[in-house]
Amino acid sequence: MKNLFFKGFLLLPLFAVGLFLTGCGNSQGGDSGKTTGGALASNVAEQVYVAPGEYDEFYAFFSGGFSGQVTVHGLPSGRLFKTIPVFSVDAEKAYGFNEETKPMLMTSHGFIPWDDSHHPELSQTNGETDGRWLFINANNTPRVARIDLSEFETVEIIEIPNSGGNHSSPFTTMNTEYVVAGTRFGVPYPQQDVAINEYADKFKATLSFIKVDPETGKMSIAFQVLLPAFDFDLAHSGKGDSHGWMFFSSYNTEEKHTLLEVEASQNDKDYIAAINWKKAEEYVKQGKFHEVSARYAHNFYDEETQQATSEMLNTVKVLIPEECPGLVYFLPTPKSPHGVDVDPTGEYIVGNGKLSANLTVHSFSKMLKAIENKAFETTIDGVPVLKFEEVVAGTVKDAGLGPLHTEFDGKGYAYTSFFISSEVVKWKLGTWEVADRAPTYYSIGHLMIPGGDSHKPQGKYLVAMNKITKDRYLPTGPELCHSAQLYDISGDKMKLLLDFPTMGEPHYAQGISADRIIPRQKKFYKLEENKHPHRTMGEKDARVERNGKEVHVYMTTIRSHFAPDNIEGIKVGDKVYFHVTNLEQDWDVPHGFAILGARTSELLVMPGQTETLVWEPKAEGVYPFYCTDFCSALHQEMQGYVRVSGSNANTPLKWSLGSNEEE
Amino acid sequence: MAASGLLLLTLFVWPMWSITLLAPQYPQGVKMFIYINKIGGDTPNSLQNINILNHYVGMELIKPESIPELTYFPYIVVGMAVLAFVFAFIGNKKLFLLWALLMTLLALVGIYDFYLWEYHYGHNLDPHAPIQIPGASYQPPLLGTKVILNFTAISLPAVGGYLAGAAILLSYLAWWLKKKVKG
Repeated sequence: MKNLFFKGFLLLPLFAVGLFLTGCGNSQGGDSGKTTGGALASNVAEQVYVAPGEYDEFYAFFSGGFSGQVTVHGLPSGRLFKTIPVFSVDAEKAYGFNEETKPMLMTSHGFIPWDDSHHPELSQTNGETDGRWLFINANNTPRVARIDLSEFETVEIIEIPNSGGNHSSPFTTMNTEYVVAGTRFGVPYPQQDVAINEYADKFKATLSFIKVDPETGKMSIAFQVLLPAFDFDLAHSGKGDSHGWMFFSSYNTEEKHTLLEVEASQNDKDYIAAINWKKAEEYVKQGKFHEVSARYAHNFYDEETQQATSEMLNTVKVLIPEECPGLVYFLPTPKSPHGVDVDPTGEYIVGNGKLSANLTVHSFSKMLKAIENKAFETTIDGVPVLKFEEVVAGTVKDAGLGPLHTEFDGKGYAYTSFFISSEVVKWKLGTWEVADRAPTYYSIGHLMIPGGDSHKPQGKYLVAMNKITKDRYLPTGPELCHSAQLYDISGDKMKLLLDFPTMGEPHYAQGISADRIIPRQKKFYKLEENKHPHRTMGEKDARVERNGKEVHVYMTTIRSHFAPDNIEGIKVGDKVYFHVTNLEQDWDVPHGFAILGARTSELLVMPGQTETLVWEPKAEGVYPFYCTDFCSALHQEMQGYVRVSGSNANTPLKWSLGSNEEE
Repeated sequence: MAASGLLLLTLFVWPMWSITLLAPQYPQGVKMFIYINKIGGDTPNSLQNINILNHYVGMELIKPESIPELTYFPYIVVGMAVLAFVFAFIGNKKLFLLWALLMTLLALVGIYDFYLWEYHYGHNLDPHAPIQIPGASYQPPLLGTKVILNFTAISLPAVGGYLAGAAILLSYLAWWLKKKVKG
């Protein structure tokens, strides 16, 4: 009791500091913050306490931002389970280092070891998250990746041509018919050497629709819609009645190319582009597209051969709005909207005008009526601009400062993050009245409710992804972790439950109840299904083969030895491929492989898998290798040697496991 | 009596005996099932995983093909089942008793044989084994629970074993009823 009392006193001053820092936005934010200290703390602790050995209720997938990866956390505990490498190499898992995964990071620009991953998006069936795949976009070199949630591995990456800054991506349709990719930075179309100040004339934006195979998940670019070079920022699909439409927010409708912080903030209203993708399908079927040459990579990891291959594609289908009436409409939306968020019913389209104090909500049914009545303000490059007052459903007034992004609880409420006033505001759909507000520490970017952007939200928790951390944790030098905060939204008032650190800079997250993921889990790969061209199915097949200067070592691992573990006859100048097959067939028994002087990462081989490390020894000697994953009681003994002789030596090629003294 | 024969044949469907190994890092346990004609487990890889564990103490690999009983016991079982049907058809109470006694004897021989194999694997250890504990044996219990290093080993009859047991009891019952009816 004493302890609690003491803690309460400690936290109160902190809380006061929090209020001071965020106080300029509003002064009503105190309520829910108070629950972080004092006597209520134990009650809050119970809500996020997941006892040892117990499972969290939800999975949460956070983008890594400039880490290029995805991290997997549990909710409500906030515990970090895994980093899934996607767009950046990961030496820990040999992603982008071993021969099998290097092709995953190929692009039309060559091998790229890094990108900026922004928005994870779960696949959906009937508008509900189904736990099959997670998609995520790369912003810098435009790409979309697919992660298979039976194994939590990246299995496919497709590059997006005619695009710069793939930000409004990969937001799915209700049945994962498509995920999308919209240009944030206009680029010359086609890409060419032109003066930058010809931006408005020569630059374009494209909105790409990536078809997802309903069975295999395989992605292909179905078509791109060519638009003026606005900066397309975010997107969300229609649902219910608006299924068949996709909405993209934009800024820089001024089409400026320098000092955008001023130049692109001049128009009172920018646009939300509404794309009728069912109509687009018809136009494609009618052949009303332009087959445009474009080089882009499509990388696919084949689970059977356990290898990624990279294929370069050469054309893409482009639809031009002027030739395709009814394909695109612009909805004027105040002040450079960031998030464009469609409520679970599909009727309301929320434009989060980030330089405004208000939130603008459009009505889908009014939009259809306005289209029918041709209530157009003007037309831009063949795209009708609908009259603002004909499409707007309502405005959430003076809700806060700097609205960025909205999600929904499925109970008639919306939750909007306000970056500048550093708070989450809960408001009611239809009445547009503010119901509650809670401060965030500090400066929230996006927020996430499990299923909160789908047809069927699981509205129990809300996660705020904050951009500024300052004093929230033990200091770690100039660079701090980004901080997430968990709120209980099951009651009338939001309740802050927990701070937890995240990796990189999460720009968005997705949550899903664990029971939709757990049954899909693979525990290991069946050895008999391993079709890797360099697999070794048993110790008796372990061997070393020389082919000129290339040497292939067919090696196996099982607790607690390599086969073979002594190799001689390697020469300076050889290129040695270690094809390591893990023969284990049990859950959680990976083996690692590393050899002294290899200018690459380790291998970390899952049971039943084969991975390949390339080693080019530069000097004579005897080099140890060992298992890097503590596999068993005799892990420390899991080691071996490779003898490297001079390039002209006659050392015979031989290999062995176990006593060979008789030789 | 015919039911005894049928029950006996279930030995080809379900395992006779199971040995379960429990340890903190094996929360679900590792289960080995002994069938009349093979050795299996709760997963297709259980035997491999048990062999990996056993190799630390130098236990010989458990290979079903090196246990000849798994080859010829099935013939005996089929033979006894056929005999049960024949005796049932003849309906002689003395033959019923003969079958019951014969089957009891075979079961006892079978269990003794199981014990011998347990003894074999538990004591026949590689002198170069990585883990050597003087005086330790790794013989699992015939019936019941025993702590072997970090594992708790539980040895119990399995479905097939219980049904075979029921087959024997039924044959005694058949004999007794027949006697009563006649008497």
